[in-house]
Amino acid sequence: MELFETQVISHKILGISGHLLRVPLLHEFNPGQVMGLGLKGLYPPRIYSIAGSDFKTWIEFLFDVRPEGFLSPKLAELKAGDVIQITKPFGAFLGSREPAWWIAGGTGIAPFKAMLDAGLIGNKTLVHGVRDPSNFYFYEAFEEALGSEYVRCCSGEKAEGCFNGRVTNYLEQLPELPSDIHYYLCGSAEMVVDTRDVLIARGVLFNNIVAEIYF
Amino acid sequence: MMVNNKKPLFGKTLEELKEIVQKLNLPSFTAKQLADWLYKKDVVDFEAMTNLSKEARQKLSDELVTGLSAPEKVQASTDGTKKYLYRSFAGKFVEAAYIPDDDRHTLCVSTQVGCKMGCLFCMTAKQGFQGQLSAGEILNQIRSLPERHLLTNIVYMGMGEPFDNLDETMKSLDILTADYGFAMSPKRITVSTIGIIPGMKTFLEQSQCHLAVSLHSPFEEDRKKLMPIQTVYPLKEVLDTIRNFDFSRQRRVSFEYIMFKGLNDTPRHVKELAKVLNGIRCRINLLRFHPIPGTPLESSGDETIAWFREALKEKGIMTTLRQSRGQDIDAACGLLSTKELLKK
Repeated sequence: MELFETQVISHKILGISGHLLRVPLLHEFNPGQVMGLGLKGLYPPRIYSIAGSDFKTWIEFLFDVRPEGFLSPKLAELKAGDVIQITKPFGAFLGSREPAWWIAGGTGIAPFKAMLDAGLIGNKTLVHGVRDPSNFYFYEAFEEALGSEYVRCCSGEKAEGCFNGRVTNYLEQLPELPSDIHYYLCGSAEMVVDTRDVLIARGVLFNNIVAEIYF
Repeated sequence: MMVNNKKPLFGKTLEELKEIVQKLNLPSFTAKQLADWLYKKDVVDFEAMTNLSKEARQKLSDELVTGLSAPEKVQASTDGTKKYLYRSFAGKFVEAAYIPDDDRHTLCVSTQVGCKMGCLFCMTAKQGFQGQLSAGEILNQIRSLPERHLLTNIVYMGMGEPFDNLDETMKSLDILTADYGFAMSPKRITVSTIGIIPGMKTFLEQSQCHLAVSLHSPFEEDRKKLMPIQTVYPLKEVLDTIRNFDFSRQRRVSFEYIMFKGLNDTPRHVKELAKVLNGIRCRINLLRFHPIPGTPLESSGDETIAWFREALKEKGIMTTLRQSRGQDIDAACGLLSTKELLKK
């Protein structure tokens, strides 16, 4: 992958473990796409979903730190002005204006935030699952855009306004699920596979399910 | 439980062994002796390495373990296939399938505990991801196999995606093919991927082993529903990468194609396969689908598979039908899983 050097514009901490890196927008992208991020001397780059943009000057990436990870602990140390390497955007987990359910686990909310920023929020239901309630990233933005169509599931402590349990528990207790729309899943392998199994068991056709797994 | 604070020696390259013996203030030739014991002979502990000095053996056992561990369980199929259960250094479990077939004896090895790729048709995907295997843990499945002296072929088609564990996979291939290691011909080794392009490029450039790619549908939108990786590394780019690589000189690329009823087994699919594979000298391996719990997929019938195979042949594509082996012990393609053991 060809790498382009640029500089970090800002680095914010979200919740208890989220990091939001903002870098200049060097290449046009489609909401839902990913990019490779790297640091000089550390090859190969790792893939992250684009987590938002103004579509003119900047894009953002959301990640949490895996202590045993290759790159994320180093990304977490970056500050404004530090050099970072990025690839061109790629990938086909793309948003559309069609009605859909978006189902995210943890930082898997990232591509949906980019879709929200692009105005692809109409006719959508978002279900976001996290363990700690402070990790409902971009809560205000989704709450404002989706209102009651934004469902937060917290598998850890009970939190106000949240379903207490996993995303799969939430889906299992719903009386019915729409069968004629697409379901977009993004998160860890376990979350995506378990959620897909529940959707299929509840009558959703597998070819209405599109998944992106973080690896 | 084999959890040990001492680091394992098995799975180290000759260069790494040299560094280790240097740190232990042992003679430099000890590295080559160790490689011989680890990769060419049958010993499992340092005491049996009789051409090493007593002092060397003591230093090694003070600091390290060999890292070799016998399988903890074996299941035998009525067709001769055996499924072996190995415990990783971190106490997790992986499976390897030994498949004898006349004079061909193949071992299907795992590279990860579980898998992150989430393919809809695969049992391993259902257990999620629990960890990477080291090169030593990958090679231990071969070295500690009771039938190791019979093995003719190794396929990296067990649990996990090899190119999601690229460094350890490449290291294991180095040791398997190096003169100081197992000295196997790379033409006897096949690594299977779902198409992680950066890893595939590294493999193609740095190894001479055969490549197998999970294809399963020539249509990108259909493939996306079966294999989430398609959203990140589209089939077209996977095939372009392969097309741009020189596969002459006996190196082989093959495509795995599980036959799903009504989903990828029609004349339209034959036509599109011929189109997308144009310019790639390859083989397609057709496989029957082995159903997993809760799956919405069904296998194509035998007649359809036979027809599909002939139709591809007529298009000039070399096509084989892989026999299902070990289905009664869940050792067949796509059925490996140690999920139940996660609960223990």
